[in-house]
Amino acid sequence: LKEASRANPDRVEHQPTGRQPVPARADWVLILGATSPLAHAAAGELAIRGYRLLLAGRDQEELWRCAADLRIRHGREVATVAFDALDLGAHASFVEEVEQTTAGQLGGVVSAVGTLGDQARAASDARYAAELFRVNFVGVASALTGLAPLLEKRGGGFIIGITSVAGDRGRQSNFVYGSAKGGLALWLQGLRNRLHSHGVRVITVKPGFVDTEMTFGLPGLFLVAGPGAAGKAIVRALDRRRDVVYVPAFWRYIMCIIRAVPEVIFKRMQL
Amino acid sequence: MTMSSTALKAAPTSSDCRPLRSSVSGWGRFPVGETDLYRPERARSLNAALGCADSVLARGLGRSYGDACYNTAGATVLMERLNRFLSFDEGTGTLECEAGVTFVELLDHFVPRGFFPPVTPGTKFVTVGGALACDVHGKNHHVDGSFSNHVLDFHLLTASGDVVRCSRSENPRLFWGTVGGLGLTGIVTRVRLRLRSIETSYISVDYERAANLDDALARMESRDDLYAYSVAWIDCLATGRSLGRSVLMRGNPAAADVLQQAGVGERLRGRRAQRLRVPLDAPGFLLNRYTVRTFNALYYRHHPVNGRDRIVHFEPFFYPLDGIRDWNRLYGRQGFVQYQFLLPPDDARAGLLQALELLSGSGAPSFLAVLKRFGAAEEESLLSFPRPGYTLALDLPWRAEATETLLRKLDEIVLARGGRVYLAKDARLGPEAVAAMYPELAVWQEIRAQIDPEHRFSSDLGRRVGLVR
Repeated sequence: LKEASRANPDRVEHQPTGRQPVPARADWVLILGATSPLAHAAAGELAIRGYRLLLAGRDQEELWRCAADLRIRHGREVATVAFDALDLGAHASFVEEVEQTTAGQLGGVVSAVGTLGDQARAASDARYAAELFRVNFVGVASALTGLAPLLEKRGGGFIIGITSVAGDRGRQSNFVYGSAKGGLALWLQGLRNRLHSHGVRVITVKPGFVDTEMTFGLPGLFLVAGPGAAGKAIVRALDRRRDVVYVPAFWRYIMCIIRAVPEVIFKRMQL
Repeated sequence: MTMSSTALKAAPTSSDCRPLRSSVSGWGRFPVGETDLYRPERARSLNAALGCADSVLARGLGRSYGDACYNTAGATVLMERLNRFLSFDEGTGTLECEAGVTFVELLDHFVPRGFFPPVTPGTKFVTVGGALACDVHGKNHHVDGSFSNHVLDFHLLTASGDVVRCSRSENPRLFWGTVGGLGLTGIVTRVRLRLRSIETSYISVDYERAANLDDALARMESRDDLYAYSVAWIDCLATGRSLGRSVLMRGNPAAADVLQQAGVGERLRGRRAQRLRVPLDAPGFLLNRYTVRTFNALYYRHHPVNGRDRIVHFEPFFYPLDGIRDWNRLYGRQGFVQYQFLLPPDDARAGLLQALELLSGSGAPSFLAVLKRFGAAEEESLLSFPRPGYTLALDLPWRAEATETLLRKLDEIVLARGGRVYLAKDARLGPEAVAAMYPELAVWQEIRAQIDPEHRFSSDLGRRVGLVR
């Protein structure tokens, strides 16, 4: 980081920096699904902390725009790499590309991949449902499986996996998405257990409703958080010791109550 | 990519055509309508939204006052999430950004680097796209022209779904149709503009009281050109010999050494967060002729008779009202209208006197009236408001018939003297008046008919004043 801030002294001064747990060098953070506003906000917060950013996603045009924006706003090095969570066969070469670009300085990975999808359609269209599993769970777990050794090798860094409060309990209104996210949360728990002794932190972030395209116009939303604040909160998880973080934090208590409802009653509820 | 199956990609995602049905208005909170809101976050979903409704309008932050910023006949597309900076050249100050970038973001990111918006309206809560569509002006119009003078080119998403690059040399007709075109030629997606380089974020301001209108006009005529920024607050309730008494506020960018002498430490200090806000709708009677008359008298006396070289941060100088969030609620639930008109130079004095006599006589409580001298306008501009002459802007609480009657009389004065009303602030003009005020309207309509023959782009204002069907 020292190098980076010396290179652009005027660019970082005015940013609302707050606490700065600064990485030893200007490490890279890889962001999977970097074009969502939530990911973009998290990326900005990481840039403020001095990281270089490697943005990964499907839509190259959008990635380019996001990268340009982060460069101009924060004066950091930002690169892009093509990534499709569904394209499992390409994940090995994707990991190689990440390894090359970051040249042994990968400091962390954030996965913001996810699609809410259409539950009504997923309830009757098996192929569609399978695809929601693949994008929300299989694809992410596959990519992280390939990426984890890069951090393991360095003996440090972090993996932040963004799941959802929807993964805490199955509800009729979104259980295809929810079970994929729930599965991912369980998988991350296992990964945390495996990587702990290697000095790699694995943080599971469970956002509640976030005000993005994914939820815009949906009925029945409450306590909706803005993507900017939520993105910052995700990165702030690095400063704390918790392994599972709810964003905003009050969702921990809401989900605690929701999980506590006995199944005999829960199955009769319209949720 | 062979493994990636198509079901997710082929079908539109469920959020593509999932609008939020919502009540909308401009900043004046009059009139109010209902529309289908969309809020795309990617270029692809902006295109998709275009396919979701027959009638579409892009909206920035909704700071135009009346009904220019929404479309009850179909969809209103919020552009606020398409707000990325795309390129910046430190050498020339050339910035390319998406249309949803706000002036707040411009200030936050570029003031500390020594750059400032080339033209800024009296609020920073506007988007670059909105500034272009209204071709906004600022306190420097007499020197620097309007916003479009500093726009190099932009991308326009048109009714056909194609994106067209427009500049003064590339698709010039579309360029001139779109600047000041109130969003009715298509959706501006990205803009390239030139920022102004600044040594400090402060203005060196001279304050002068002018005893009446003639005094104010004389001071503007003779000395405006010495200042980069010039504006006057005018008391529309003063009568008799004080008719049109004003406070002139004129300044130039403060140089670094001047700042040092004044003992200001941080040369390029940025914006501060807003702290005050109006928490609820004020009762309708709060702003009446007595409270406003008192306010105006105090405000007039608050300013020095002759204050020279005051060092003022850009924020209170350019954005005095931005410090109070939701200040439009001061006008109560009925809302307010802003009436801004322009009179050509030769007729300005006589017309302003008539207007001020009418206003002070009516007792209509206008407490934030602004008088400004405009400079030259670009020859090719069509619906842009600024033309050489004087412009007066007033905020009036909306009191249905009473307000409308007063404004009709003002319309007559403006029309008789060859003036015009600013459409971005209008809430009640009719088509005949607008056609008379904007002689280039026919040319503009021709351009529009070509680019959007099916009237895909529309707004409530556009239909009301006969710009579009």
